[in-house]
Amino acid sequence: MNKFRFLIDGFERALLTVDRSAVDEIFAKSIELGSSIQVAGELVTQALERIGNAWESGNVSLSQVYMAGIICEELIDKILPPMSSERKGKPTMAIAVFEDFHILGKRIIYSSLRAGGFELLDLGNGLTTEDVIKKVEENNVKILLLSVLMLPSALKIKKLTEHLAGTDVKVIVGGAPFRIDSELWIEVGAYAMGKNSADALEIVTKLMGETV
Amino acid sequence: MKTAKMTSMERVLTTLSHKEPDRVPLFLLATMHGANELGISITEYFSKAENVAEGQLRILKKYRNDCIYSFFYAPLEIEAFGGKVIFSEDGPPNTGLPFIKNLEDISTLLPPKIRSAKPLHKVLKAIQILKESVKSDVPIIGVVMSPFSLPVMQLGFDKYLELMYYREDLFNRLMQVNEEFCVDWANAQLEAGATAICYFDPVSSSSIIPKEKYLETGFQIAKRTIARIKGPTATHFASGNSLQLIDDVSKTGTAVIGVSAAEDISLIKGACKNKLTVLGNLDGITMRRWTPEQAAENVKNIIEKAAPGGGFILSDNHGEIPIQVPDEVLLAISEAVHTYGRYPIGSNP
Repeated sequence: MNKFRFLIDGFERALLTVDRSAVDEIFAKSIELGSSIQVAGELVTQALERIGNAWESGNVSLSQVYMAGIICEELIDKILPPMSSERKGKPTMAIAVFEDFHILGKRIIYSSLRAGGFELLDLGNGLTTEDVIKKVEENNVKILLLSVLMLPSALKIKKLTEHLAGTDVKVIVGGAPFRIDSELWIEVGAYAMGKNSADALEIVTKLMGETV
Repeated sequence: MKTAKMTSMERVLTTLSHKEPDRVPLFLLATMHGANELGISITEYFSKAENVAEGQLRILKKYRNDCIYSFFYAPLEIEAFGGKVIFSEDGPPNTGLPFIKNLEDISTLLPPKIRSAKPLHKVLKAIQILKESVKSDVPIIGVVMSPFSLPVMQLGFDKYLELMYYREDLFNRLMQVNEEFCVDWANAQLEAGATAICYFDPVSSSSIIPKEKYLETGFQIAKRTIARIKGPTATHFASGNSLQLIDDVSKTGTAVIGVSAAEDISLIKGACKNKLTVLGNLDGITMRRWTPEQAAENVKNIIEKAAPGGGFILSDNHGEIPIQVPDEVLLAISEAVHTYGRYPIGSNP
């Protein structure tokens, strides 16, 4: 039984209304009830998954998803500092904005995963295929999350996945073109596609479990 | 009863008055395809007014379009503010890194003057050339980014949302600067010969901000800005959802709403009836893989749902058709509008 279950509704509501004092109050209660990793996994992740799913069904807006993500990231950083041994950081996971500079999607996923107790590298924005290949090799990245906004950027991922074919790097894609065209992620050779932060948390949780 | 053949201008004005014209107007908002028509690169195409004017005239003729779209590319206004644009040969020019690096810089930011903002001059020149050519037979649609949506390119989306929620003082200051610029830029295009202005406002969409936030921000800004634009406007949400905002959007003084392919066009048309003309809503992303038959079927479906009674213009959902969409699909869309879009709708084969 989730020991934070009676806090989740209020936490979600406070996040959606960007009510910082209510968020802080509920979070303070939660850390009295469980370990840092439990708060990240059972309160924060669950609230962010609900918000991600609500966006998918059109009931909340992107700004609410984003603000919830960065608020939670900040809260979790206080109890699970970057590089904390309790964070789930192996195998190495990284995220980047591919080809364009529209970074909101990346920031949402980055914050949500970090707020969920994961650790990941931010490889940057506007990266080309060559940039990504270099950074993946340098950092021994095994799980690569790529965010795009523009259709031409999405189509260029194919060249990257062709280059990475035969390696154990798994490329997970997300962004507007993939949300609209449900076959596009297959066309570009991605391992998986996430439509929102809830999908990202689910895919990464499963992959981390498989590859640890 | 058949209606006499109209000019594009007559067709559009009739539908804007919520009456049925001779057929559904087609706004094929192809910005980059003109480069293909001229056999030049996208970068070269957008470097000169003459190229875009010629490209638009060829699109007008080839696809029997009902408008001229004098839009170059979204980050043009960022160039006017001194920011950078990155050109690409397979997509629209993109904004570079945000030029406002530090939020505090907003307090000293000034709106660019149209006469000294050289990147804007090629658009004004293109409008002048086009006006000379089409006179008053075809509407020329100019474009502005809304003061409320421009900061996505000025600051980056993440920093802009944080500004909106946490720094009301600087948010208000930025809106003041952007409103001045937007009004001047829209009116300069109208003076050059544009018939109407498309007011792109995706951040106001309910996909991006909650309705309560829109009513406090984007709605108020649109009301103030549109009131000062000296010509008709169309508000475009660039693929963002707007169904729940329609009553409010109609109160901003705009005449047309550009809507998302993700929402039911029948519901949108019902909500807009006699208040706003609906512009939409073919999906520009999946369009690149349509067959001509699918294109025709999609056009037919939308027309059946949204065209009766007028107040409807067939278009894509984003306001910029990807260059990857083949000519035969665009031709099929046009042919379908000319076949299935003849009024009265419902009696066509």
